[in-house]
Amino acid sequence: MALAKDYKSVMGRSNDIMKEALGLDYNDFESGSVAFDYEALMKATGYTLDEVAKIQARTAVGNTPLIELRNLSALARKYAKPGYGARIFAKDEAANASGSFKARRAACAVAHAKKMGYKGVIAATSGNYGAAVASQAAMQGLECIIVQECYDSRGVGQPEIVEKARKCEAYGAEVIQLTVGPELFYTFLSVLEDTGYFNASLYSPFGIAGVETLGYEIAMQCRELVGKDPDMVVCTNAGGGMITGTARGLQKAGCVNTTMVAASIDLTGLHMASDGQFNKKSCTTGHTGFGVPYATDPDHSDVPRSAARPLRYMDRYVTVKQGEVMYMTEALANLEGIERGPAGNTALAAAFSLAQELPEDAVIVISETEYTGAGKHIQPQLAFARENGIEIKFGDPVAEDNPGVNIVLPKDPSYIKAQDADINRFRKSLIKKAITKAGVSELTDADYEFLAVETKTDVDFVKKAIDELGLLK
Amino acid sequence: MVKKGEWVRIHSVVLKADERTAKLPDDTQKCDLQMWTKGFLQEDAEIGDVVTVKTASNRLEKGTLIEVNPYYTHSYGTFVPEIVQIDRQLREVLFGGDE
Repeated sequence: MALAKDYKSVMGRSNDIMKEALGLDYNDFESGSVAFDYEALMKATGYTLDEVAKIQARTAVGNTPLIELRNLSALARKYAKPGYGARIFAKDEAANASGSFKARRAACAVAHAKKMGYKGVIAATSGNYGAAVASQAAMQGLECIIVQECYDSRGVGQPEIVEKARKCEAYGAEVIQLTVGPELFYTFLSVLEDTGYFNASLYSPFGIAGVETLGYEIAMQCRELVGKDPDMVVCTNAGGGMITGTARGLQKAGCVNTTMVAASIDLTGLHMASDGQFNKKSCTTGHTGFGVPYATDPDHSDVPRSAARPLRYMDRYVTVKQGEVMYMTEALANLEGIERGPAGNTALAAAFSLAQELPEDAVIVISETEYTGAGKHIQPQLAFARENGIEIKFGDPVAEDNPGVNIVLPKDPSYIKAQDADINRFRKSLIKKAITKAGVSELTDADYEFLAVETKTDVDFVKKAIDELGLLK
Repeated sequence: MVKKGEWVRIHSVVLKADERTAKLPDDTQKCDLQMWTKGFLQEDAEIGDVVTVKTASNRLEKGTLIEVNPYYTHSYGTFVPEIVQIDRQLREVLFGGDE
């Protein structure tokens, strides 16, 4: 008998569809309370760091250059106090097959799908990950379907996302494009069920294991180039996979004193599921609209438990404005001769500002660059913004930025100032959401310990947060 | 008439506005959830007909035929004068001046 394919029926079968489509039973990692065994989930991939690196090496992924951005470092020093202004390095992830670090996440997932005998792979993504999965599927001879949120209700596509669709098709994938809304997940599940393909989720342990090589390479390359570990690594943050995998890789390489900073573009005030505001965004990823909800509630992704858990790994969370990222993207091209981005340059804009807090001999690494192309470049992004009624001007981004209304380009580089977000507020929010979701009235010792690790704090912090928020009463 | 075997783009409505039950902002709630994909047309048809296509992943999908030989028109955008101003400023700050 054919299964009912209406919204409610398909969503109701979500757990079974996921189990089939990942070959993992997430119940194996649950405690029945708040805690779950994250490290066991990560081990369930069955691949060591070394094996992941080998898989990636076979598919034109990894071992990307670490480039010192000497002119941008010199520019930052012009605005720092004497003796300050760290050396800025960029991990040139655009050199991966498909043009972004997402190839690392896709390589492991797609190779695993092939090994398990799946005929194809599916991913729900409007970002670089689609092209990454499509590229890897092409290499492995698997079918590929990418499900994208691409258009507003008038059928106007965000140029950056349209370009990503083109790239997926170039690698032989089918691209299913949708208008704005979280029910994309319904279409995604329905196609997964019909095809029996592998869910190459961004948030599976295979995806995150794939990013660990990035952190490991950063450690090794820093030791080789400058003779020490990086003092700070800045990661553009959206779903949290970049900072999670990079930090894990750095830890595996023995970098214990590296400060991990997450950076997102501040899009406060824009609703991510709003049809009218969809094309008022001038960047489609690396922003707070993804970064904050995924940090505080990692498990609202397309798998039962996300392997990307950014608050476990970040020491600071900073935000920058759209105009600052656009300006730095142009600076990278004009002063370093490297045309990349734009969204991947979120970390670069933050690093330019953070470098000024550190001494000259300190080393700050931005963990990625991404390819650039038609639609996915500051000129079409700014032109599109202007067509959509967004005001573009020079000024003080920190004081004047208003997402969806204007883009304020810094009137000179001294106006690029990363702002610290209140990370403890995010930590408390995670604690609240985790306890509410579990629906428990008391916590076990394992739960307290779990929440401390989840938030990179200690049991005292967790207990105080619970008191303060009036939870468990 | 569009011939069987041509590469086409189809459109469909996944959920009508009143069938959408997810937590949505008001403006999105008023819109249908629409879908587009591409594939080889499975039978001769006219634009506007409901047709079946075979997609790049060898899947059969139904929808309204809207475009034949679809192609991309996204570009590097129109001129943005601020960009050349940024270039001039960066060169001046880093390499110019009297210090």
